Amino acid sequence: MSPKGLAFAMTSLLDQTGRHGATTSSFGAAINLTCRECGATYDLGPGNACEQCFGPLEIGYDESLLATVTRESIEAGPRTMWRYGELLPATPLVDLQVGCTRLHRADNLARELGMKTLWVKDDSGNPTHSFKDRVVAVAASAAKALGFSVLSCASTGNLANAVAAAAARAGLRSVVFIPHDLEAGKVVTTAVYGGTLVAVDGNYDDVNRLCAEVAGEQPWAFVNVNVRPFYAEGSKTLGYEVAEQLGWRLPDQVVVPIASGALLTKVDKAWREFSRLGLVEAAPYKVFGAQATGCSPVSAAFAAGHDVVQPVRPSTIAKSLAIGNPADGPYALDVVRRTGGAIADVSDAEIVEGIQLLARTEGVFAETAGGVTVATLRKLLADGALDPAAETVILNTGDGLKTLDAVAPVARPTATIRPSLEAFREAGLA
Amino acid sequence: MSVTLRVPTILRGLSGEAAEVPVEGAATLAELLDKVEAEHPGIRARVLDDDSKLRRFVNVYVGEDDVRFAGGLETPTPDGVTVSIIPAVAGG
Repeated sequence: MSPKGLAFAMTSLLDQTGRHGATTSSFGAAINLTCRECGATYDLGPGNACEQCFGPLEIGYDESLLATVTRESIEAGPRTMWRYGELLPATPLVDLQVGCTRLHRADNLARELGMKTLWVKDDSGNPTHSFKDRVVAVAASAAKALGFSVLSCASTGNLANAVAAAAARAGLRSVVFIPHDLEAGKVVTTAVYGGTLVAVDGNYDDVNRLCAEVAGEQPWAFVNVNVRPFYAEGSKTLGYEVAEQLGWRLPDQVVVPIASGALLTKVDKAWREFSRLGLVEAAPYKVFGAQATGCSPVSAAFAAGHDVVQPVRPSTIAKSLAIGNPADGPYALDVVRRTGGAIADVSDAEIVEGIQLLARTEGVFAETAGGVTVATLRKLLADGALDPAAETVILNTGDGLKTLDAVAPVARPTATIRPSLEAFREAGLA
Repeated sequence: MSVTLRVPTILRGLSGEAAEVPVEGAATLAELLDKVEAEHPGIRARVLDDDSKLRRFVNVYVGEDDVRFAGGLETPTPDGVTVSIIPAVAGG
């Protein structure tokens, strides 16, 4: 970082947070917060919305520092998402060994769908079994550097798991807010870490609204509210990994589930960064979005040709995608249209079929969001929007063990028999 | 007839750092914003764009109701209700 940049960042930390202990190096190459809408800049610190226009704040980087990153410097890093640390706005102050999940070549599913080359980036292999460990790793590290002692969030479940676990590891208190009707599996897998877990009598958008208001009163780091600019950057590592695992190149097509839309935009950002920095050849790719029909505001806006997203009230089994008022929806639309992709949505029945299809063909058990992605892949192929001959990556963002309720009615024993050879023969199971 | 306006952190520089502002005699959200503007200049222009429509990245709630699901700026603001202005870019 240049002396000017160093002075700027150091000053900003002291001015805005009033907390101690953070150093410039705690935020890597990050130098400021920039409004994505009007371009206003702010000092690094807590904050997610522009004071001028309410637009989203994003991390601004010292481009000269980013330009020093090479394939070799990445490959020399740890076998975790922090191998891309020089491209992130934090250093690993909180580390649960997140990332470097498998890129699974899905030949059986490709054959079933009439595709040539299909990969599943399987983020169920993260410590709390979803991609949310990535965003929380960055948010928790930034929060710690900023001097916060409480880590909080509004969550549809996966984030709740990740925040509670990271806080436990970091010695921070966690306060997690969830909708009251979340899957039992996601409640248990949050509460077990011992933090404060608050079930709110409302849907995710109600919880999110509550947290935005609580964030105005409590000196807490809400990872997806006042630390959101740092948090969202963690999703880039999913895109980085796909490119590195493909041998430092980009796929032709990617299908990404859409909740807030942040993951989709960050995968695109990761690939544009890698292209700009010369880490991969700058080849064109298409980004496709996947939603559940019961919560499909971005898909509806895409179909209608709108560039704004009309909020909806969610009703779907894909609760991890049930955000009716998606913060990054307009930007997800921008990315999909710019790259020549498409967005589609699928019914709850199709989601269950998608989970079963992936499990039956590949031995990969995805949560409902993964079912949305697989079912949408199939739909986009049927519609002719997605090229079956082009190399395609789909993202499985979470583990099927978290959403057992969704498939329990159709995933039953083939037969229940007496413990005798006769009973086995009579059941016709051979 | 009194309504309470809950002011988000990023606008408190315009409300004298007050987290809540009482507003008298506003029957609708549009009237409320006009009256707030008279007392605290600048807030209205941050919430509404040049066409006097709600900005893309701001949510306004009258009580528990998102005004985008209600009557927009013409949403009634009954006596005793709390109106919240909240940045939309959160969550996920």
